[in-house]
This record gives sequence, C-alpha cells and structure tokens, in this order.
Amino acid sequence: MSKPITVDDANFDQTVLQAEALVLVDFWAPWCRPCLMLAPILDELAEDYSGKITFTRLDVDQNPKTASRYQIMSIPTLLLFKKGEPVSHIVGYKPKAELKRDLDTAST
Amino acid sequence: MNKEYEVVIIGGGPAGLSAGLYTSRARLSSLLIERGLVGGQIVNAELVENYPGFPEGISGLELTQLMHQQATKYGLETLLAETTGIELKEGQKVVKTTEANFIAKAVIIAGGSERAKLGIPGEKEFTGKGVSYCATCDAAFFKGEPIAVVGGGDAAITEARHLTRFASKVIVIHRRHQLRTSRILQEKAFAEPKIEFLWNTIVEEIKGEEVVQQLSLRNVITGEKFTLDVAGIFMSIGFKPNTAYLKGVLPLDAAGYITTNEKMGTEIPGIFAAGDIRYNSAQQAVTAAGDGVTAAIYAEIFIR
Repeated sequence: MSKPITVDDANFDQTVLQAEALVLVDFWAPWCRPCLMLAPILDELAEDYSGKITFTRLDVDQNPKTASRYQIMSIPTLLLFKKGEPVSHIVGYKPKAELKRDLDTAST
Repeated sequence: MNKEYEVVIIGGGPAGLSAGLYTSRARLSSLLIERGLVGGQIVNAELVENYPGFPEGISGLELTQLMHQQATKYGLETLLAETTGIELKEGQKVVKTTEANFIAKAVIIAGGSERAKLGIPGEKEFTGKGVSYCATCDAAFFKGEPIAVVGGGDAAITEARHLTRFASKVIVIHRRHQLRTSRILQEKAFAEPKIEFLWNTIVEEIKGEEVVQQLSLRNVITGEKFTLDVAGIFMSIGFKPNTAYLKGVLPLDAAGYITTNEKMGTEIPGIFAAGDIRYNSAQQAVTAAGDGVTAAIYAEIFIR
C-alpha cells in the first residue's frame, strides 16, 4: 500500500529534495475544496505510480516557509521534483485521467 | 461486453444527482458518470444561501453529498470517469468513457460548465502566480495586498466579498456599467468599504516579473488605457459548457450550449440535457435540480 506522506517545513529538504526517486508534492490547505476533491485521486495515483513516484502532501497553512520558497499562490498546486529541482508544475483541480497524462509526460 | 443501463447520466452536480434520484426511484437501472468528484461546481461555494429548505444556508459540498446519499440509497450507481463520446448504434446509445463503454436506453447530459478563461496575454503564464480561478482557495495568499476581481456576476461579487477578509482592497473590474447579481448581493458589495469598482473596463494584459504585479486596462466607452498595480487577479467572468465531446453528436450553439425543449429533450430522441449545460439555463442549483427531474421523468416515459 502506497499512501501520500505528509511533509512539512522541517523535513522537506530530506524527504523531497534529497530523494533519489521522483517526488510529487501536493500543496494544499483544509479550506480549499478543490484540494479536498483532489486528495482521493492522489491516493489512487500513489498506488498506481508506486515505486516510480513518491507522493507527498504539504499543508501550506502550517508550512508557509516551503510554500513561499516555491511561490505557491494558488492551491492545489502539484510540483514534481527530480533530484531536488521542480520539473513539473500543475495548478488547480484536474480529473484523474488528465493528471495521469501530465505525470506520464513529466516522468518519462 | 459493454455493460447496459437503462439510464446513463453524465455529470454529478445538482442536475445529474436529482435526475439519478428520480430514475432510481422509478426503478430504472441508472449509472452516473462524474469526471471529477461528485457535486459539481457548487462544491466550491462556501455557503449556499438560496437553496430552499436550508434557512441557515448549507455548504455546497454538504448539499451535494446529501443529494448523492439520497440517490444512492435508491440504487443509483456512480462511476468516476471522463466521458469521451456518445455513439448512436442501431437505436442504442453507447456512452464512451476513459474507464469503459456503456449501453443506455436513455442518456441525460448534465455535465455543467467550467470557469471561462479571458484568453489575454499573461493569463496562462501567471496562473498559479497571481492569476486565480478560486477565491476560497487562494485568498489567504494575498494578505494585506490589493487584488482585482474580473467579472460582475453572482460568483464575482461573492468572491470579492470573501477576498475582503484578506486583501487590503478589492477592485472589481467589470466590462458593463452595472452588476448582474441579485439585489441583496449588490447592496452588500456597495456597502463594503474595501471593495472598489471599475466600470466599463476590460483587462488587456497581465504583467509582472515571476508573479503578477500590474494589469493593463482599457475603458470600453472612452477608449482610455491605464494600469493598475495588484498582487493578484481573480477571474470570474462566466462559464464554458463541458460539451467538447458532443461535437458532431448533438447540435450545439456557438458558445457550445445544448438547446432543449420543455421536456429537456434534445434533437435526438432519448438524449436529454439538464442544468447549466443547457442554452439559457438560469445557472442555479435549484433550477439545475429541477431540470434533472424533468429530464428523468421524460426519460422514463421514453423508455417505457
């Protein structure tokens, strides 16, 4: 079972930036309804991409340092990190099929 | 083998959910297909104050969850998938989706609409960098900053009011000289000291370095061009129907909406449309629900 891991300002560098594998970070907040709609889709995608992409989520309300470091001004935002660098930037709610297309393009 | 249903409903907002409630209670095998999550656009509304029966208001998410529960109780099935087409084959309707294809006797199209884009320079580049389509999501990123809201309808004014809780001021930019909202919303907006209005004005370009800093504006009456410094711009300029997959299947108007008769029937017998996806819809949760019910009743008559 692969489930998204919760990351925060304190462990972001270690968990996301220093990871060997691709890491997807879901920047979200509890007041954002599209974020809540996206969450179960990301749970499913975490399963589908198990072993390829590590799925994580970061609450922008609790972790303003990381959110402002990546200039997050709209949520949900998904950033895909490859060896510490963001390589793909997805803003707003998208249905599962569309996200899969985006992830497949970005991860190959 | 394609699975068969008597009714396939495309779209899980108030129109689709109400249709599903009625077709399920009519004991018609019914499948609802939703591409995002059940509830539709209204899930973004923090508080719905105009749905009858909820005097204290109810969140859009809760309202549609209740609708879904109610329809599911009577047997409505739900599938999360994107509909990619409808094919007519020997009197049958084949609904194609990203997950599977389904055969239906009747189809109710209730896929609603989504936020329209302005299509101006800077809009795409700065999406997520100061350009936003969801005030409840992003308002908190603009604490103490000036923000623009583009639009003059119910959604624009509701968002402008929400943004006043965070922004230093909110400038509503509207291409007409008056709002298109209910009187009660107008009164509240005009009484709010943080909200200012720029009438007869359109946005021509969004500018900035990395993030939004300035808007190029034009007064459509005088032709005068000017700029406005803002940290964010919230788009609320109307909607675009989700009918791209229906081109060539059903006649659509220039904006992409479906024309129906008073029974919610389209030009193809057995295909109905309900809610915001219809030409001239009142675009309210209540009317969408009503459309869905009308479509369900005539779908039952069509089938039996």
